[in-house]
Amino acid sequence: MSVNGKYRFAMYWAASCGGCDISVINLHEAILDLAERFDIVFWPAVMDAKYADVAAMPDGSIDLTLFSGGIRNTENAELARLLRRKSAILVAFGSCATEGCIPGLANLTSTGDLLDLVYEGPSMDNPEHIRPVSHTTMPEGDLHLPALEPLLRTLDQVVEVDYRMPGCPPETERIAEVLGLLTAALDGKATLPARGSVVGAGHSTVCDECRRDRGVKHVTAFGRLHELPPLDPALCLLEQSVPCNGPATRDGCGAKCPLAGAPCIGCYGPADGVVDFGARLLSAFASVVDASEPAEIDRILDGLPDPVGQFYRFSLAGSLLRGGRAARTSQPPTATPATTPAPAMATHGATR
Amino acid sequence: MTSNEPADCPRVGVYVCHCGTNIAGTVDVAAVRDWAMERLGPHGVVVSRDYPFMCSSLGQELIEDDIRKLGLNRVVVAACSPHMHEKTFRGACERAGLNAYLCELVSIREQVSWVHTDKVAATAKAEALLAGGVLRVREQVPLEPMRVPINEATLVVGGGIAGITAAVEIAEAGFPVHLVEREPSIGGHMAQFDKTFPTLDCAACILTPKMVTAGAHPNITLHTWSEVTDVSGYVGNFTARVLHRPRYLDTDLCTGCGICQEKCPAKVVDPAFEAGIGYRKAIYRPFPQAVPRFPVLDPDNCIYFERGTCKACEKFCAPGAIRLDQQPEEVTLQVGNIVLATGFDAFDARRVEPYGYGRLANVFSSLEFERMSNASGPTGGQIVLRDGVTHPRTVAIVHCVGSRDRNYNEYCSAICCMQSMKFAHLVREHTNATVYEFYIDIRAPGKAFDEFYQRVQDEGTIFVRGRVAEVTDVLRRPEEAAEDGRLIVQVEDTLAGLQRRIPVDMVVLSVGLQPQSDAHEVARRFGITCSSEGWIIERHPKLDPVATMTEGVFAAGCALGPRDIPSSVASGAAAAARILGRIQQRELALEPIRAVIDATRCSGCRICNDLCPFSAITFDDVQAVTEVNPALCQGCGVCIAACPAGAIGGTGFSDAQILGQIEGILMFSGAADTTAVPEAIATPEAVPA
Amino acid sequence: MNEDVKMAPYEPVVLAFTCNWCSYRAADLAGTARIKYPPNVRLVRLMCSGRIDPTFVLKAFASGADGVMMTGCWPADCHYRVQNVKALRRFELLRRVLEQLGIEPERFQRFYASAAEGQQLAAEFSRMIEVVRPLGPLSWGRLPDVAPDLEALGQDDAQADLVALEAVG
Repeated sequence: MSVNGKYRFAMYWAASCGGCDISVINLHEAILDLAERFDIVFWPAVMDAKYADVAAMPDGSIDLTLFSGGIRNTENAELARLLRRKSAILVAFGSCATEGCIPGLANLTSTGDLLDLVYEGPSMDNPEHIRPVSHTTMPEGDLHLPALEPLLRTLDQVVEVDYRMPGCPPETERIAEVLGLLTAALDGKATLPARGSVVGAGHSTVCDECRRDRGVKHVTAFGRLHELPPLDPALCLLEQSVPCNGPATRDGCGAKCPLAGAPCIGCYGPADGVVDFGARLLSAFASVVDASEPAEIDRILDGLPDPVGQFYRFSLAGSLLRGGRAARTSQPPTATPATTPAPAMATHGATR
Repeated sequence: MTSNEPADCPRVGVYVCHCGTNIAGTVDVAAVRDWAMERLGPHGVVVSRDYPFMCSSLGQELIEDDIRKLGLNRVVVAACSPHMHEKTFRGACERAGLNAYLCELVSIREQVSWVHTDKVAATAKAEALLAGGVLRVREQVPLEPMRVPINEATLVVGGGIAGITAAVEIAEAGFPVHLVEREPSIGGHMAQFDKTFPTLDCAACILTPKMVTAGAHPNITLHTWSEVTDVSGYVGNFTARVLHRPRYLDTDLCTGCGICQEKCPAKVVDPAFEAGIGYRKAIYRPFPQAVPRFPVLDPDNCIYFERGTCKACEKFCAPGAIRLDQQPEEVTLQVGNIVLATGFDAFDARRVEPYGYGRLANVFSSLEFERMSNASGPTGGQIVLRDGVTHPRTVAIVHCVGSRDRNYNEYCSAICCMQSMKFAHLVREHTNATVYEFYIDIRAPGKAFDEFYQRVQDEGTIFVRGRVAEVTDVLRRPEEAAEDGRLIVQVEDTLAGLQRRIPVDMVVLSVGLQPQSDAHEVARRFGITCSSEGWIIERHPKLDPVATMTEGVFAAGCALGPRDIPSSVASGAAAAARILGRIQQRELALEPIRAVIDATRCSGCRICNDLCPFSAITFDDVQAVTEVNPALCQGCGVCIAACPAGAIGGTGFSDAQILGQIEGILMFSGAADTTAVPEAIATPEAVPA
Repeated sequence: MNEDVKMAPYEPVVLAFTCNWCSYRAADLAGTARIKYPPNVRLVRLMCSGRIDPTFVLKAFASGADGVMMTGCWPADCHYRVQNVKALRRFELLRRVLEQLGIEPERFQRFYASAAEGQQLAAEFSRMIEVVRPLGPLSWGRLPDVAPDLEALGQDDAQADLVALEAVG
């Protein structure tokens, strides 16, 4: 708590798109309530701050930290550890931090290939095959850059996490609820949920909130929206051959996508106790396939041309296999410079 | 979760069995014992022992003592297969006050010592499997078997000798039986036979008293001319729907006098009882001693049903029992146990084209011969050719038709050798004919069987060892001109080393036994499995030959596979004994392996709804959640694996247990010590594309 | 990393899921009949092949298995009537996912074995091991996690973090 009686709040973005920060800002005027109860001590997305200042704070002095984004490079990892030490409550906020989300799909590729794509792409002119390095010595001194880690990791693969709040991004109404709950708990007026649990979401799946009619499933094809005849707005999407991830995805979002006619893509992550989200989806889809002959099964499954994308879009980094085999060929980030000293790279923003 | 045995404070006892030298001869049991203490200690193992025979009372006492003195709350025994001694060690735990389901048996005998030769690798594998067992048992929770009450009524399907035996045994013990038979009369194939080997008892003479007993017994309800159309429920509590086909007469009024049959003008070939060589009327009793005595009317061959005229039966029936407008009737039966005694079908000899059955007039099947030889059969017991008059001078009997043959059925049909030799004897009893037996091997294992074989040889039957290649009426050589009009049997006489062409007048084909043509469908209806051929699969071929894998459903007689009458009777009696044991106990304890749905986590997606073949899964429209009926659930786990929300858990085989087992098995995987980390990242070239 | 550690020659490890009524009994039968097969196969007993959750297969690969087998009753003979069909559908879809993730389809195979087919099951185990062997170790559990220079810093070293952060700041 600060000397002014306010609690201390931090929000960080690691490898993220910024959508989680926007979702918090979407509290609109209610953000003023947040500002009334909390001193915002560190939130790079909206205000200037220095890492050194954070490092200087007493351990555990930040009452609540919302950590969004996946752990992609060494800087992200350092901040994860730093904020863990400095925070009383650390929340893995949003799909990137809880399960890897879209940046996690890079785990299908090796870091070498990722860098090749960027630094040798068709729009690049890089005759010397320059790659970023994490450390180089200049006449002016040593320069350090964060290094790409071989795999993107979720926050709880790096540090212990107190709560996980899923969503890409988490719905603003849920954020308001969670902030209210945590504030009340800090006030001593409410009990904190069990450490390690999911907050800001339900304990069932999207089907619970979806108001479409559901019957017994007999799926004889999977198709994409533009391939299928016009959909019945009252009937379950899966029964109409639309690959909807709703049955395995945690509820709490209000089932907005299926109710708008779009299949759920799974951004709220798995339900309680699930070890591998993609496996649950895979099993569910396989269970509704209405065929017993191998040839017919194949035909129906051909309607899912990208099963990893369908089942692991948000959860690859947090899954059992964590990525594809190519990622195993990722070289550890190099600390030594290239043979010719690389030109000093301009750093963006005084915050770094 | 458990209250008095918290999984987070596991105290695991490990017991490694030598099984004499069965395990210890290949697996270094002392090393496994020490390894368990050292490497699995951090995972909760507090004591690790080895012993020559864990299943002995002393071995079990080791476990019991440790539970009491060391406060063990989990036990892992590394020994033989769970199918051998799971109950034994569970019993030991129970006696010491530990819930039986907190015990895990890891097989290092059938899985390791008996199948591997490399002792180092075998020991490493035993350790890995043991680690799997320890990590699994930590996740196990106390369970109680489910107790279900047993309805004391029994359903016996099939009224042949096996079914009759089972029904009468149960009825005599004082319990009700429903005996369902799809022919008009009980009796099965045995009623068609003439004499039975090796005693030459008249089949009807020994069968009909049993049929009468079954028909008259106050505890037996006969449902003849009927079929079971649907079965649901579970052991102790089955519901069976039985369809009574219309006999077109009122059995309360019918006296069985037989006038209707006598006066009926429609005469047709009887393909069933008379095996196609005799006739019956459209309204008929299959044979005079039929039980029940009521005839049936066959509408497909009845003049009234064809053209609307005749009705002779109705005219002549004194009690006025004929009911030409009768409809099929369905009844629902509640029973506790079921015996399937659905018998066999005969191999269709037409399939063996070279033998000419169906093309050459005087080639007969064994069932046809039985009817012919039978004194009350269509020829009055005369052995005659197809013209009905001529006695054969030479008869050929061919063994193994459709059996022991990769083109048809690979198995031996068990009874045909004895049956064929019985035919030889009967032919010589009825005629002066010369009899040839063409055989591959003579199978005569039973009591007095080989003596019968000797007797038939002494009577002058000529045995030729060779598989008949062809039965033909086409003469080939000039010397055969005298045999014009007869049949030639072409065979290699393997003992003489010659090809022979033997002229005969009559050929009898000993056709093999086959499962009934609807065997697979029937298996599905009763929730049991049959082999790909169609024989019902018993729970254990040696030690449990009348039970099926499905609790409460038993099998007897030839439905299980070819066998003779004494074996069928024994299996029928055995099934009855098992059922009587169950009925006496009043209730049965079922393994608590079940699916359980957490209603708070079920979203009602209904993906599991179509996955249960036992109808244990139902959807509650009001609550919009799915439920599992624990009494119907058989514990297969398909719904558990399917649930997208992970809302379905499984007792006995939970996710946590299986994932723990996988982790344990692989934690120390490989023959090499893989705790040393090799080259961390493969170079790009080394990784396969 | 540890060049001085002597590594034994590579032996693949294959995890085979078996069903209580058919393939596990077949494995027991192989044992009773003393039919030999290589020790690379480890069995997990389930009640039915339909119980095989894709999570189990993924866990097996993630935990170090080089190959995984799904074994069970023949299509018409499932003890639970039709549940092996459900297992088949999951198998097909899971194989596609594994292939997309870079795990060769040969590493994940299915095999039907009735309770009487001990010989055939043992032969299939041997065949599977020889199919998986030339593919080399999968070694999934040894994914590179952390950059080595951070390891040198130590995970909880506040001072080192501060130093590192000041260096970039």
